[in-house]
Amino acid sequence: MRVRLSELKPGEAAVIEDVALPEGERQLLMRFGFFDGAEVRCSRRAPLGDPVIYSLDGSEVALRTETACRIFASPIDGKACEQKG
Amino acid sequence: MNQLLQTVRSSAAGSQQPIRTVALIGPPNSGKTTLFNRLTNLRQKVGNYPGITVEQHTGVMALPNREISIVDLPGVYSLNPCSEDERVAVSVLNGKMDGIPRPEAILLVLDATNLTRHLSLAAPVIALGLPTLALLNMGDLLAKRGGAIDAVKLAGDLGIPVAIVSATMGTGLDAVGRFLQQANSPSPTTLPIVQDVRDCRKWAARVAHKSDYRPPLPPAWTRRFDDIFLHRFWGPIVFMIVVGAVFQTVFGLGQPLSNALQDLLTAMGQKAAPFIANGFLRSLLLDGIWKGVSSVLVFLPQILVLFLFIGLLEDSGYLARAALIADRTMSLVGLNGKAFIPLLSAYACAVPAIMASRTIENKRDRLATILIAPFMTCSARLPIYTLLIAAFIPEHPVVGIFLGSRALAMLLLYVLGFAAAIGTAKILKSSVLKSTPAPFVLELPEYRWPTFRTVGLRLMDRGRVFVQQAGTVILVVSLLVWGLTNLPLHHGHPPALEDSVVAHLGHFIEPAIRPLGFNWKIGVGLLTSVVAREVIVGTLGTLYGRDPQTQSVSLQAALQHDLTFSGAMALLMFFAFAMQCTSTLAVVRRETNSWKWPIIQFIYMTGIAFLAAYMVNQTMALLH
Repeated sequence: MRVRLSELKPGEAAVIEDVALPEGERQLLMRFGFFDGAEVRCSRRAPLGDPVIYSLDGSEVALRTETACRIFASPIDGKACEQKG
Repeated sequence: MNQLLQTVRSSAAGSQQPIRTVALIGPPNSGKTTLFNRLTNLRQKVGNYPGITVEQHTGVMALPNREISIVDLPGVYSLNPCSEDERVAVSVLNGKMDGIPRPEAILLVLDATNLTRHLSLAAPVIALGLPTLALLNMGDLLAKRGGAIDAVKLAGDLGIPVAIVSATMGTGLDAVGRFLQQANSPSPTTLPIVQDVRDCRKWAARVAHKSDYRPPLPPAWTRRFDDIFLHRFWGPIVFMIVVGAVFQTVFGLGQPLSNALQDLLTAMGQKAAPFIANGFLRSLLLDGIWKGVSSVLVFLPQILVLFLFIGLLEDSGYLARAALIADRTMSLVGLNGKAFIPLLSAYACAVPAIMASRTIENKRDRLATILIAPFMTCSARLPIYTLLIAAFIPEHPVVGIFLGSRALAMLLLYVLGFAAAIGTAKILKSSVLKSTPAPFVLELPEYRWPTFRTVGLRLMDRGRVFVQQAGTVILVVSLLVWGLTNLPLHHGHPPALEDSVVAHLGHFIEPAIRPLGFNWKIGVGLLTSVVAREVIVGTLGTLYGRDPQTQSVSLQAALQHDLTFSGAMALLMFFAFAMQCTSTLAVVRRETNSWKWPIIQFIYMTGIAFLAAYMVNQTMALLH
């Protein structure tokens, strides 16, 4: 099943499959660890609901929903509960 | 897929020339700048926010037998330049930066608690072929949170020496000295294709795994703090409490300190008076110089308190959260949360803020940020704000002990500056600087305790700059104003103030500023403060010090007699908007590479200032 990164709820994890963004933006996101094959977990939402904080490789990176909805990923089951709290 | 690194610079490896220049490179927020401070003891801005070092700084490190210059580079994630600060780093490393010799060795700083990610920068850096030492910074945190790394195995894999250090604690740094005494080119090793960020990442993960890297436990404290600071409800409330507390402290703590300093400086002047012959010289030294310079010096405590708070917020990591909370608001005017950081540091000073805008990848967003930054209430506005508020607004509690009327007035002025900045951004971004929105990507660092060392060093640095300014620019302007108050001489005697050159000058421009509620003395202050905003206070100090009617009273009391309430409020408005700062104009010209933008900016801001002051004075005069 393929979901948009923006559809993940806090605590849920996924493996990125496709970053469907223009080349420049893709390069930028890549430097923060967003590329296909990378494991991402939705960490929390900013107080006003947007941007959303994702944790990957031990760092926390915030993205706006408008960007996150262009990143496609396949959810990892079970991982979600294990890391929560 | 992989390429084998060949040590092409065999001459460097063989001849063992002594190293004279070494570059400090690492990803943003890896602690490079703290390390730089450690190694050089040089003052330099440190912050717990990615992208603090926006210009390369050079310092000197003393080895037992010689000195080495260390170049601190902006933080980079890769060596494929994407933003202005990455371009700076790459051109320094290639010896293409004017005034900086090509580094002969590299200190690669990596955050040991984030090693898997940070290691990917090692590939392109090692590929440069220069002698390199990898410093795994924050080694103390790694151990404390249950992580581990085999530095020997890592060194074998990378082909370069590796040391575990802590820049904050100062441990393990003797490795740097040893490395600089005898630096070798990297041993041949297998590297990924360095232009391919993804390939570097995979390589980094593999190397970290082979070196028995055990990442530390997630930072529990950071999570707990973020549960509050980024809480749906409490987050924005904490944000506002923090901002309110800063202003209340600037007044509540800074004001009494300023008053005490004022008393001290006045007493010093009076004590010195009997030792100076009465007449010309005493007037020059006491009425001219001392009154002018000390009227500005008294604001030192308040400026230091403000800088202390900004320093604590920056170093602790809260600033990045504030940017996150602000992103939604910033997006309404077409900017993103990244622009919020330069804008926030513009509360201290627009000059570093404009330089900090280099981290913004989108050129048009960057230009918009540069153009609106001077609207933010910088610390140079504090002297005139504090002076007028203390003179014209009576103190009474508004929100219990939390907020008094004076702090509230100050807060409103800050909000006004912010609103002007945001409004201008909206205009720019929907017209000349329209662009497709750049994606907002912001790394949130862990919370850290600000150390006395970094915050203290920065305070000292700021204090020194302020005192230097008082000792040079303000001294010269005070002297000039005093000189003009004493010309033309009548039979060898100075004229009455009303007949002096400066009064003629003031009266000449008075028709233009009369509708704003200003008298000729304020007018002279407006002219001199084009150099820098705080100069007006020094000028007024000198002018009222020369006036027999107000000679014996404080500047505050003198203004109360000489200015209407509406005029004072109009003057506050004028300073909220006007572009009275030659340093800012110079840095805008440098960063935009043309005179066009600083000229437009000056006319636009001063125009708004005139209009706002005029409207406030006229409306308030009507109400009275």
